[in-house]
Amino acid sequence: MGKVIVVTSGKGGVGKTTSTAALGAALAQRGDKVVVVDFDVGLRNLDLVMGAERRVVYDLVNVIQGDAKLPQALIRDKRVESLFLLPASQTRDKDNLTPEGVERVIGELKEHFDWIICDSPAGIERGATLAMRHADIAVVVTNPEVSSVRDSDRIIGLLDSKTVKAESGERMEKHLLLTRYDAVRAERGDMLKVDDVLEILSIPLLGIIPESMDVLKASNIGAPVTVADSRSAPALAYFDAARRLAGEILPITVPGDKRSGGLLSKIFSRRAA
Amino acid sequence: MKMVSVLTDARSIRIKGRSFLAVVLSPDLPLDHWLTRLDDLAARSAGFFFGRPVVLDVTDLPVNRDELKGLVAALAERNVSIMGIEGARPSLIGPGMPPALKGGRPASDVDVANSAPSIEVRTPDSPAEASDAPMVEVSGEVRSTPQSLIIREPVRSGQSVIFTEGDVTVIGSVASGAEIIAGGSVHIYGTLRGRAMAGAIGNSSAQIFCRKLEAELLAIDGVYKMADDMAPDLRGQSVQLWLDGDAIMAEKLS
Ligand SMILES: Nc1ncnc2c1ncn2[C@@H]1O[C@H](COP(=O)(O)OP(=O)(O)OP(=O)(O)O)[C@@H](O)[C@H]1O
Ligand SMILES: [Mg+2]
Repeated sequence: MGKVIVVTSGKGGVGKTTSTAALGAALAQRGDKVVVVDFDVGLRNLDLVMGAERRVVYDLVNVIQGDAKLPQALIRDKRVESLFLLPASQTRDKDNLTPEGVERVIGELKEHFDWIICDSPAGIERGATLAMRHADIAVVVTNPEVSSVRDSDRIIGLLDSKTVKAESGERMEKHLLLTRYDAVRAERGDMLKVDDVLEILSIPLLGIIPESMDVLKASNIGAPVTVADSRSAPALAYFDAARRLAGEILPITVPGDKRSGGLLSKIFSRRAA
Repeated sequence: MKMVSVLTDARSIRIKGRSFLAVVLSPDLPLDHWLTRLDDLAARSAGFFFGRPVVLDVTDLPVNRDELKGLVAALAERNVSIMGIEGARPSLIGPGMPPALKGGRPASDVDVANSAPSIEVRTPDSPAEASDAPMVEVSGEVRSTPQSLIIREPVRSGQSVIFTEGDVTVIGSVASGAEIIAGGSVHIYGTLRGRAMAGAIGNSSAQIFCRKLEAELLAIDGVYKMADDMAPDLRGQSVQLWLDGDAIMAEKLS
């Protein structure tokens, strides 16, 4: 049975869709069978970042409403063979996502894929709560600034109360993915420090993704950053994060900072304990 | 609970009783002055009334129907929505107004009707005007044996822990935008970034303890202190807070 990951944040524009595509591709590049699912009904983006926008025929809402079978809606990636996309609908609204329908689709996907990665819409409303509902693991995407951290804290509260795991008394596995980290601004003190964010959110760190033009370049050519330029700094950071998701233990490095690998790996191992 | 069967549908409608902790506002005259003080409170404690059930107590308030309607509208403008009006003559409540409420008393083991616990909202830095502040009355159930609530994980932003029966202990941090409301003392073994209210249904000996103080708001027995009112050298420290008369006192814990 596959593992269901929700990529969520509360706040908009922090890098959920970018991270869903990059982590999904990175896991598939290791040979795992992966599907990325766009839950942002009405504002779909994942198809663009994956470069599949012209191949969308059926979408999640069609499958939920029974207008299409799951295999008809899945789009296989042209570059990474074991990577698939289940797109969202751009024309329907999110009321078409029913809890029963989502449960059925996720259940079916779990039988066929190793990883089901759900790209959550921003906010704490229906779309976001449905995206997290059936997750086994949550990746909480946060930028190093106060409003993003507070919204992530709010989302963690929901992960611990509004999910199937939480309701059945189990603990949801949660990981922090710190994105758009800018070494220059961190040096100047214009951003929250990594350990301050960790102290506030107190969940283990999955990785730190640097702010980089490579992310924009990748989305312009319609490829996850790990596929577009697998040697770029954000790609390397996403590869490491994917390996940690798969259970490997690696030291965390702060982008642009050669000294602190040791220091942060200490924080990581303490938090991850 | 009451079950009602409807002939056209086999399913029944369930009606349940539920009690909520409501905030009671008791305005006084002149109303515009009272509203100004309320605005002052709201400015100091943004969002205090947001999403809370609020009851308007107009017992002994000599207003007519139009004035009362105006008051409800003025409160709605401030995002204070009134769930009911207590102590109003029936003729005062016209159509479109919140319903009249009666018997807003705790219905549990101990009747606190005569010692109705009340919280006065005060501005700690101006004790002279303290009695001018709007009254916020919070009533809740009181049990005969003191109880404690222990929370073993962080309290996240947007979460609200309300425990009027006794002490609340959090083994972890209280996030910005989270709140702890205790009838007794509040103990935080972590960083307090949100709000803590001790002695919330009337208890001047309640205290607040925290390992690291970064609070947005502190209150003991209804006396409030906002982040800006706190001595800067207490920030980030292990602190205990208590009430001395109308003033919140604080001291570093070594
Ligand atoms: N590491 C990065 N460096 C530079 N730009 C980035 C990085 N990560 C994301 N971005 C940019 O930030 C913008 C928002 O990213 P993205 O769409 O992934 O966020 P989101 O959280 O999915 O947004 P929404 O809440 O609207 O769904 C995009 O323009 C993306 O290219
Ligand atoms: Mg997105």
